[in-house]
Amino acid sequence: MEEVKLHGFWPSPFSYRVIWALKLKGVKYDYIEEDFPNKSKLLLQYNPVHKKIPVLVHRGKPVAESLIILEYIEETWPENPLLPKDAYERAMARFWIKYGDEKGGPTFYSFFLSVGEEQEKAIKETMEVLKVLEEKGLGDKKFVGGDTIGLVDITFGWLPRWFECMEEVVGVKLLQPTTFPRLHAWMENFKEVPVIKENLPDHEKLLAHFKRIRESSVADTMK
Amino acid sequence: CWISGQALLGSSRIIFSVLIKNLRERDLQTVRQMEDNVVLLDFWPSSFGMRVRIALAEKGIKYESHEENLLDKSPLLVEMNPVHKLIPVLIHNGKPICESLIILQYIDEVWHDKSPLLPSDPCKRSQARFWADYIDKKIYSIGKRVMMGKGEEQEVAKKELIECLKTLEGELGDKLYFGGETIGLVDVALVPFYTWFYSYETCGNFSIEAECPKLVAWAKRCMERETISKSLPDPHKIYSFVLQLKQKLGK
Repeated sequence: MEEVKLHGFWPSPFSYRVIWALKLKGVKYDYIEEDFPNKSKLLLQYNPVHKKIPVLVHRGKPVAESLIILEYIEETWPENPLLPKDAYERAMARFWIKYGDEKGGPTFYSFFLSVGEEQEKAIKETMEVLKVLEEKGLGDKKFVGGDTIGLVDITFGWLPRWFECMEEVVGVKLLQPTTFPRLHAWMENFKEVPVIKENLPDHEKLLAHFKRIRESSVADTMK
Repeated sequence: CWISGQALLGSSRIIFSVLIKNLRERDLQTVRQMEDNVVLLDFWPSSFGMRVRIALAEKGIKYESHEENLLDKSPLLVEMNPVHKLIPVLIHNGKPICESLIILQYIDEVWHDKSPLLPSDPCKRSQARFWADYIDKKIYSIGKRVMMGKGEEQEVAKKELIECLKTLEGELGDKLYFGGETIGLVDVALVPFYTWFYSYETCGNFSIEAECPKLVAWAKRCMERETISKSLPDPHKIYSFVLQLKQKLGK
């Protein structure tokens, strides 16, 4: 029984952020799969405010919200640092972590779940976000932080498997290598990192899961 | 005569070396102050700007404040925050830091020897970050709906705002401040919204104090600190600003 437990949900990119950080630091943990929508009593007890995963429980104390969990992991297990030491560089990293998280969610989900005019609007906004990441967020190094992956890369980490599946389900490819060469190169490098390669949800399983969500969302829109 | 001459020389040397030492220290201080050039791009009614004003005051940091006109953003703002073009932006020795909670953490890390905003224990730090994040996700957007909304929409927003403030009241508990005995990140993140309470209440025709007396008592306690009271504009000024905004938006 490990002193670190992670309550997660297999298709959630937010769960995977925490898995990647723990594995990169070599922290052993027990994983508890939450059976959505039937949230366990324990999850509701650990995260009464938002009632969401992921929740990290360390020595019985819960930490909720993936970005807050990432900072907690970084501070508790400082080996293999995932944030820069310099205060200014750290502030820059936090800026892009916040951007990747705030823009990543609503805009991209809107592209995935909507149809018609609403989807056109979402496509336009998604392209704008991708453009900002391409031109301002990534820089010229292999990863955002430099030669090794850090928390910013982890926060953008839902682009390779999750967004690719969304594009496949919707039938629209927005992240073209010719339009976003830096993003594309970053994604290829990211997927090759052993901890990432060995810890991704199964492509077919995720595709089927996303297909079900999209069908349900489109059906709701038609009502 | 020779002895007194030596004594004079000796004491002159001492005086001279003391003068040199003072000059060096003054030079060093001047250099440090020159090194620490701090500018804040701000907008007077912004709760997010107020957070940074409070943090800078708590740490005793001297800075230059630039008031931005958000309808006519300055080239400096656009250059320093090209992604969002929003205030607050802290410019430290020419380098910009954006997003208020990120700025607060930066200030806390660089000027770490005075008035810490975050505790040192990672678990307590994560709790503080959780509640600061909760405030960021809820108060501004719900408050806006209370002020700008009508009818059923406004009633729903009022209910949500009270629920949030009650949740925060629960987190405060019997503590003097969210930070414990002294103010911390959560206090600095939340207290600027206190100056907007009058606007929420007047637009929504309800009393926050009646629903959340402990929270209002906490806010009044915070306002006894000069670093906070001098950083927050008068609630009636905020309300005039809200009325102007509502007129412009035709609400």
